[in-house]
Amino acid sequence: MLEVFALPFMQRALLAGLLVGATASYFGVFVVQRRMSFLGSGLAHAALGGVALGLFLDAEPLFVALPFTVLIALLIAWVRERTELGGDTAVGIFFSLSVALGVVLLALKSEYAADAMAFLFGSILAVTPADLWAMVLVALASLLTLPVWGRWAYATFDRDLARADRLPVLFDDYLLTAMVAAVVVSAVKVVGILLVAAFLVIPAASARLFARTFAQMTLFSILFGLFGVVAGLVLSYLYDVPSGATIILVESGIFLLSLLASPKT
Amino acid sequence: MEAAVEFENVSVRYGSYTALDGVSLRIPEGAFVAIIGPNGAGKSTLLKLILGLLRPSEGEVRVFGRPALKVPAEWLGYVAQFKTLDRSFPALALELVASGLRRRWPFRLSAREREAALAALRRVRGEELADRRLSRLSGGELQRVYLARAFVRRPRMLLLDEPATGMDVLGEADMYRMLEQYQREHRATVLMITHDWEAARYHATHVLVLNRRVIGFGPPERALSDECLRRAFGHVGHPHELSFSVERRDA
Ligand SMILES: Nc1ncnc2c1ncn2[C@@H]1O[C@H](COP(=O)(O)OP(=O)(O)OP(=O)(O)O)[C@@H](O)[C@H]1O
Ligand SMILES: [Mg+2]
Repeated sequence: MLEVFALPFMQRALLAGLLVGATASYFGVFVVQRRMSFLGSGLAHAALGGVALGLFLDAEPLFVALPFTVLIALLIAWVRERTELGGDTAVGIFFSLSVALGVVLLALKSEYAADAMAFLFGSILAVTPADLWAMVLVALASLLTLPVWGRWAYATFDRDLARADRLPVLFDDYLLTAMVAAVVVSAVKVVGILLVAAFLVIPAASARLFARTFAQMTLFSILFGLFGVVAGLVLSYLYDVPSGATIILVESGIFLLSLLASPKT
Repeated sequence: MEAAVEFENVSVRYGSYTALDGVSLRIPEGAFVAIIGPNGAGKSTLLKLILGLLRPSEGEVRVFGRPALKVPAEWLGYVAQFKTLDRSFPALALELVASGLRRRWPFRLSAREREAALAALRRVRGEELADRRLSRLSGGELQRVYLARAFVRRPRMLLLDEPATGMDVLGEADMYRMLEQYQREHRATVLMITHDWEAARYHATHVLVLNRRVIGFGPPERALSDECLRRAFGHVGHPHELSFSVERRDA
């Protein structure tokens, strides 16, 4: 079965999958505990606007979508912080705005509609070297933020305690939002805009079902994310079905098993 | 003696609402201050000013001679007013205690941190809670864990916002014993918000009666005078006594 990965494009797919699988499921634990799933799905749609903008400008789509989506994410965080509008309302507004922008831009350059489809449903086998570089970049940035885990976790548990301990809670919020946006964009080529939110959340949710500590939850989530990518890729190759959807199906299977195996609460 | 806390003409406004109005105050180091006052009197607001969670709209707050925000977080041990815990967050009691030690959520505990956190739990008679999940603790048990979290960093000042909430009578008596023991060992200052006047009278060196302004501040017998209580609460006598007289009439 491993000879599958002897093929160069499969190696690239595997590397891409492992990179985004690890980062998405790592940030997923914060997304789940902070109830930010809707932000994840909103940012995925915002990424569509960024990708369309990239195609429209004849640039590398991911390298335009990355700053674009991070900017949208920061705007959402800013509106949420400055007004009494709920986070979900801010997400809803900016996400529709980006999708609308994307649709208009794609209509202006209709020859790129097919490329856009690759982002909508994901196409890990079509990952280009440039895409891979974008993923490496995001993974490196994620590594750099590893020391912030304890601060993010602390503020996730109790914002006021973290503030009383002089943690830069507000800065950390913006940083987390920006990182989630970057991770979402980097994962879009692998699982597709429609499924990115699930990719972010399902491993963490499965891990939550039997983790006793937040550290355990984080480790299990990454493990499930990586396993989902590898198993999903192999299955999608063997049965010749879309890889992104297969990965999500595998992860959903893990979730169901966790549900059955976890102690009742 | 050095002042642990100094307020100079401090006001706090939330929008157009004035929660604290021209509060001036000097709390000496080593004092055990009970803060009493009706709901909405600005008691929690006062603690938040000391912690640097809030800035005064007017006036100046100094803590150990420094502006509140310049005080090292390690010097202050805080137990917030009881609020609903996020029970979906996976954590063990020992981790919550240890979070007070390093001001981060712990990924894994070193042997030394584990020992220090266990010692703090022992102080509140909560050793057996160490490896229990936070989401499974009772209200009173949880309060003790939060208390241990405040102790673990050996603060110079404890800021406790109604720490006895959810504790049974024995637990409350125990808590005062722990606080007094800690105070003896570390010459710490204790500021505690409470609705229990009798306990305040018995355990505190100073009582602060607050109702948006300072109504009274001094030794319990003076601050808890009928005059002060009437001005703060609009009536005299401990609430327990009020309900007691009602019951007697029924009988
Ligand atoms: N963030 C806020 N925004 C607006 N008003 C606030 C805010 N925090 C507190 N207040 C108001 O300030 C007043 C004082 O609040 P505070 O929490 O200090 O009261 P308290 O004395 O601790 O009361 P309690 O005994 O009920 O805990 C209250 O009327 C409250 O409604
Ligand atoms: Mg209060």
